[in-house]
Amino acid sequence: MTLFLPRLCDAISLLRFENPAERSPGHGSVVLVTITARSVRNTELMRIQNIDERHIQPQYIVMLPTPSTSHVNYDHIYEPAEDSYLLLDTLASSTETKFLEDRFAPATASPLVLEVGTGSGVVLAFVTAHAEIIFGRSDITTIGTDVNFFACEATAETVRVAVTEQARAGKIPGHFVDCINSDLTTALRHGSVDVLIFNPPYVPTEALPEARSNQEALDGSALQAAFERDSHLLALSYAGGAEGMETTDRLLDQLPDVLSKRGVAYVLLCKQNRPEAVLKRVREGPGGWNAKVVGTSGQKAGWERLCILRIWRP
Amino acid sequence: MKLLTLNFLTCARKSCKSSPAAFPLHPKDAELEQVETEMNAVFLRNILPRLEWEAMRSITTELGLPNLPAETPASEDLVEKDGNGDGDGKDDEAAAGPSQIARDLHALLMETCIASGKLVCGNCGHEYAVKEGIANFLLPSHMV
Repeated sequence: MTLFLPRLCDAISLLRFENPAERSPGHGSVVLVTITARSVRNTELMRIQNIDERHIQPQYIVMLPTPSTSHVNYDHIYEPAEDSYLLLDTLASSTETKFLEDRFAPATASPLVLEVGTGSGVVLAFVTAHAEIIFGRSDITTIGTDVNFFACEATAETVRVAVTEQARAGKIPGHFVDCINSDLTTALRHGSVDVLIFNPPYVPTEALPEARSNQEALDGSALQAAFERDSHLLALSYAGGAEGMETTDRLLDQLPDVLSKRGVAYVLLCKQNRPEAVLKRVREGPGGWNAKVVGTSGQKAGWERLCILRIWRP
Repeated sequence: MKLLTLNFLTCARKSCKSSPAAFPLHPKDAELEQVETEMNAVFLRNILPRLEWEAMRSITTELGLPNLPAETPASEDLVEKDGNGDGDGKDDEAAAGPSQIARDLHALLMETCIASGKLVCGNCGHEYAVKEGIANFLLPSHMV
């Protein structure tokens, strides 16, 4: 479980509380606390101490503010959840920032970062706003794609707000260009993407939602039609078909084409996606690609277990 | 959508991907708008090697915008030569302001946006609509 607390002091008081589980919604241990403190210095690292280990495992916490998505309509756009936040935490982790800084050294050409399926835009906004910390350079270009037109609109706004906030704080954010209404990476030029981020529809379902052209999706004017449209758009954001892998498999197949020579991809998987099999497949496939689990959450029984794979060219 | 985005896009059809004619896409009936953004000298310098210069040149010509220079500018062309630097080019960037070329490039790539119109593939002729600044690259299933 990840708790999201609006202010740093809330987090501290929670952590110091004798029995934190009593104050957390539901039952169970808190394994990770993400602080969305908007007023805290970004680079500050702190180690939470004096914690009852039965309830909270101490972790390093990078206090990068989570982008605001208060303007997003969750009737037809995927609401940021544990999976989204795992991506934020992983990309801001010291191992990944080190990897990315080394791979995209400051004097080299501006890396292009693509997020596929941006939804609310919370991940892309985070990466864009905190480029300096994640990549060690702010001169990165970011772009998004989503099959949902509303998500494209929302993403542009989420990024705009996050970037404006960074600039107001005197920091230099990265450079977002656009969110394209498209299927996976199909609109991108081959070999153009340096960093690809994907939080896929990973839930195993009997079938994938049927493909519909955008016009059909947008034409619904009556209440019933709008409801069906919204359900369809939400289904697209989570339903993954067989083993939850139908869409992810298509994305994995596109990686060798769309990624540049220094390309790297971060792909989120859940346990039912059989991450070990995916790792094996990527490593044993043509081209000698590397793959490694670089982030996990929800290791306790009964919880949704997620992991993030980093896949990169040798 | 920003003009810089066109540097990274092609036709979405599989059969067009290997065709040189599918890049760049050609703007048609484009309504442009200018959206001001902060200029960043380091970004401009490091995006230069990523630009498909010929493609960006043809797009600006098709949009009726002032022509880009024939060759990709060198990174030293982005700083004002008459700045306060000592001329050895080392510490000039901080002292000297951005050159006219840098300002033009910034205005073109990062501030000039297609608010609405179409993007046409030079290979198959398919037209992708741009509405409210968002390009729609979804294809009907028979065209994927």
